Amino acid sequence: MNSSEEFIKVLEYIGKITPYISSGLGVVVKLYIVVIICSIPLGLLCAIGKVSKSKILKGILELYTWIFRGTPLLLQLFFVYFGLSKVFHFNQFQAASITFVINYGAYFTEIFRAGIQSIDKGQYEAAKALGMNYSQTMKRIIIPQMLKRVLPPISNEAITLVKDTSLVTAIAIGDILRNAKEIASRDFTITPYIIAGIMYLVLTSVIVYIFKKLEQRYSVYE
Amino acid sequence: MVKVKNINKHFGKLHVLKGVSLDVDKGEVVTIIGPSGSGKSTLLRSINNLETVQNGIIEIEGNKIADEKNGKRIHISEKEIRENCKKVGMVFQNFNLFPHKTILDNIIEAPIIVNKEARNVVIKRAESLLQKVGLDSKADVYPFQLSGGQKQRVAIARALAMEPDIMLFDEPTSALDPELTGEVLSVIKELAKEDMTMVIVTHEMAFAREVSDRIVFMDEGEIIEDAAPDEFFNNPKHERVKGFLNKML
Repeated sequence: MNSSEEFIKVLEYIGKITPYISSGLGVVVKLYIVVIICSIPLGLLCAIGKVSKSKILKGILELYTWIFRGTPLLLQLFFVYFGLSKVFHFNQFQAASITFVINYGAYFTEIFRAGIQSIDKGQYEAAKALGMNYSQTMKRIIIPQMLKRVLPPISNEAITLVKDTSLVTAIAIGDILRNAKEIASRDFTITPYIIAGIMYLVLTSVIVYIFKKLEQRYSVYE
Repeated sequence: MVKVKNINKHFGKLHVLKGVSLDVDKGEVVTIIGPSGSGKSTLLRSINNLETVQNGIIEIEGNKIADEKNGKRIHISEKEIRENCKKVGMVFQNFNLFPHKTILDNIIEAPIIVNKEARNVVIKRAESLLQKVGLDSKADVYPFQLSGGQKQRVAIARALAMEPDIMLFDEPTSALDPELTGEVLSVIKELAKEDMTMVIVTHEMAFAREVSDRIVFMDEGEIIEDAAPDEFFNNPKHERVKGFLNKML
């Protein structure tokens, strides 16, 4: 067998296994969208709660971010799927969505909180002197400026989330990584992992591109 | 117009305002001068509820924003205070323009959001205010594109857009390069000519002398001199004022 025949064989093999691996793409994208859409507003709400005057609310939110940033996401996923789903009857995807939303919500809470607190006190004073109340001040003055400032850390989280979705492999969801692993252990080859890696790279590149555009759009005023 | 009676303010152990009283009549321009740490900014900021006093009475056009009975503070709701402060405009040392909004949007924001005025009406007013402060060509730029003096003139226009009866200026030129103070001071002088009631904290002595009806001197949380400009500069009663003026002039 010469080397060109061997090369064609490899290509054929890749062509054969890629559709199966990429059949996990759908669930990854679906989970990703659910988590981004739910956890960013959750983080924003919790951040607003964290800078409020209510000590009880602040205490509860402190506990929330402490627990969910302080324990492994995989452990949380096991807890929800093997523990809570006995009571609430979640399927795997629901269990994964809930865990990821709550976990990422905790990170976003801290990012938004830090962002809000980084806005100059003079902005609050100017708004107050113009007769704006607290919610008008937050909505119109503080949060828009904060969002621009936190784009880089939010973009980091958004990229990490792409890769973190692979943890669902552990609760038997057929995502990219799990499908690749199945083939890898069947055929004793690392080729499926390379294909999976390329797929993750493509996904993260899309996210990087989107955030780059967002940062450009928001940079008009500085 | 503004009545401040016997107000006290503590920051922790520091007694910043020690029973200060001050009356400002309609159309009057009062400048507050004094060494730093004397409480002049705190006094000014109390008139706008940016600082809450521990006791004493503050009244704006007959409406109380701080009140007491038998030495005990009477609670006034945030909302009522906000309503009563609506006719007070404020200009800060650091401008505090909204960086994410254009100059025009900075000016029209509060009239639209707070007063619920119609956008086209407010825009017309904003344009004439920009003309008044000499910045009508800058409506669509962002604050970072302006010089300090221009920013402060926008800040004045922004405060005026709420059609205040009283304007407070907290060291409006202290953050500016010397060559830029003139343009801001001339806008304030213009307002004085239009009989705007103003309280100004400043270190610009020549300006204070020119624009003021009264000059108030504060030291260590107390008003120790309150006189017409000529009287104040030529014949100050208090030794502390004489010492200060000798250093400043």
